[in-house]
Amino acid sequence: METVLILGATSDIAIAIAKKFASEKFNIQLAARKPAQLEPLRSDIKIRYGVQCDAFAFDALQFSKHALFFETLNPRPDITITVFGIMDDEDEAFDNWQLTQRMIDTNYTGAVSILNIAAKHYGEQKKGAIIGISSVAGDRGRASKLIYGSSKAAFNAYLAGLRNKYFKHNVHVMTVKPGFVYTRMTENLALPKLLTSTPDEVASIVYAGFTKKKNVIYVKWFWRYIMLIIKSIPEFQFKKMKL
Amino acid sequence: MKKQIANWGNYPAMEADEESFVFDDQLDTLIGKGEPFIARGNGRCYGDASLSERTISTLKYDKILSFNKQSGIFECQSGITLDQILNVIVPAGWFLPVTPGTKFITIGGGLASDVHGKNHHVDGSISNHILEMDVVLSSDEVITCSPENYPDLFEATLGGMGLTGVISRVVMRLKKIETSMIRQKQIKAENLQELVSLFDEYKDYTYSVAWIDCLKKGKHFGRSILMLGEHAGLNDLADIQKNDPLKLPKNKQITFPFNLPSWVLNKFSVKAFNFLYYGKNFKKEINNVVSYEPFFYPLDAVLHWNRMYGKAGFVQYQFVIPLDAKDGLVVILNRIADEGLGSFLAVLKVFGKQESIISFPKEGYTLALDFPVRKGLLEFLDELDQLVLKYNGRLYMSKDARMKPEMLIAGYPELEKFKEIIKKYNPENKIRSVQSDRLLLTSSS
Repeated sequence: METVLILGATSDIAIAIAKKFASEKFNIQLAARKPAQLEPLRSDIKIRYGVQCDAFAFDALQFSKHALFFETLNPRPDITITVFGIMDDEDEAFDNWQLTQRMIDTNYTGAVSILNIAAKHYGEQKKGAIIGISSVAGDRGRASKLIYGSSKAAFNAYLAGLRNKYFKHNVHVMTVKPGFVYTRMTENLALPKLLTSTPDEVASIVYAGFTKKKNVIYVKWFWRYIMLIIKSIPEFQFKKMKL
Repeated sequence: MKKQIANWGNYPAMEADEESFVFDDQLDTLIGKGEPFIARGNGRCYGDASLSERTISTLKYDKILSFNKQSGIFECQSGITLDQILNVIVPAGWFLPVTPGTKFITIGGGLASDVHGKNHHVDGSISNHILEMDVVLSSDEVITCSPENYPDLFEATLGGMGLTGVISRVVMRLKKIETSMIRQKQIKAENLQELVSLFDEYKDYTYSVAWIDCLKKGKHFGRSILMLGEHAGLNDLADIQKNDPLKLPKNKQITFPFNLPSWVLNKFSVKAFNFLYYGKNFKKEINNVVSYEPFFYPLDAVLHWNRMYGKAGFVQYQFVIPLDAKDGLVVILNRIADEGLGSFLAVLKVFGKQESIISFPKEGYTLALDFPVRKGLLEFLDELDQLVLKYNGRLYMSKDARMKPEMLIAGYPELEKFKEIIKKYNPENKIRSVQSDRLLLTSSS
């Protein structure tokens, strides 16, 4: 049985992805800052799906500990999925460098730090998969998602580069770009029903993309075309828009 | 953000905030905000019990914490649905000790309503099978209660409609099964008299319930189908089924696509439905072995069947009257038939003995009926209340959307004790619902 490592395992999307892979008979490694919190999820996955499930401490911001963290995983995971990420209030972050830096360091630097290590391992093994949960917000910079969007844009570029670098080493790198998702973080927002997915839908689409070895997937699929339109607006026009 | 919510009857509907939690500290934060709220599971009570301007959804708090396959002790968080529990326990040879007529309720909601099933006369309600639970109080304090520890909190939480605190963790004892099938017997009764004596004759069956055609008058008044069942043993199965005796039923759900316009349900269409429903059993008696799903959850096969009652919604009216008030059944059913307000079917069940502070079941006959919300319905139900009281009966809070506080007081002799316990554990009434305010169990001052 193959093992999946889920980094940032406390979010609604991460939990749904963990359950989806467990239901497909993958062993699960959950990692988050406070692993004690993961205990109920760990027992739940073991009992419901009859697979192995373990929980580990992992902090995206503690870059220096990432190598040791990955090396001591036993077994080393066959698939590494990064789900962690933060989306602070953009106005607050703009006025407070610490918040800006934390957002960039979590969404981009932390992801690069751990995925460099995982990618290297998979490259040596000549097999493995990396799945990065990013966002459609990285497709074009705009005022309302200034820092978050730019951190995700950098992450998207990193994943694309990683895909290119490790293609010949048989490492599958998949970028996942969800649009709106109903989660605890968004339950107080009025989201357009037709454009919004549930965490379970995200998980199913991620799993399907993984089995089909996709490169970049949007959740749901039509977000690819929405973003295509947004990307095609000329910058001289785009800069005047309220987005 | 406020959104429109309603429970299963779609009556009443209201604007409410709904927030959820996955981890314990998130629940603490939500409670700590200090604004009044009520916990809400899958919204399968019928009326306003889990409605409030602020609701805290337990649906993401749904993890299984332990399951001992030898002893059948099952421990979980409160937001898990019975459906999810069955998917795990049935293949391991266990079943829910008590289940209501839908598996789409959360276990937390089930305890708050102290749900009963077709086996009440044998096994009691769900509270009989709960070993321990955690209740998070409005002060954030978590109390583990059981029949031995904090028995007052334990008793008042079972059936207490969420007013003592948020049920967070549940430990229950499951029922051992050899197969996932039910050995079923269906008997047609020509009238109410016959049905009542059949209930008595077959009282040793673990599961029993009857569906009554309420619109029939004259000598077929109360014609009905009595449904009896036992968990099938290995020997009851055909050879082919023995290969996989604990198989889960296949998902064959269909969805009721839209709200039916209210004129569709009328005296004639309901009569026609009941004629067909009764007529589908050609023989006096049917004996067969079926999966647990159609036996326990026939209506779950149609998702959103509540849309049948249209946008205005419906009220379910469920009462219990003592065994010696059998005449009351006749009087009440007659009154309903006269009014012709269109209850598809009435479900009749005999409850066994039960002592509790606030749980609905007590020894007697319980009848549940659906009424589409129409002009004049509420007045008519007030009239029925008087009849129920006359025969020393009471109503089920989990179904209720409209009873008056006097009706609750008259029906529940231990109500003062229940109120005292709420005062002790929820002193500022930070936990309250539209129903609890209506029934004067809580108040804003």
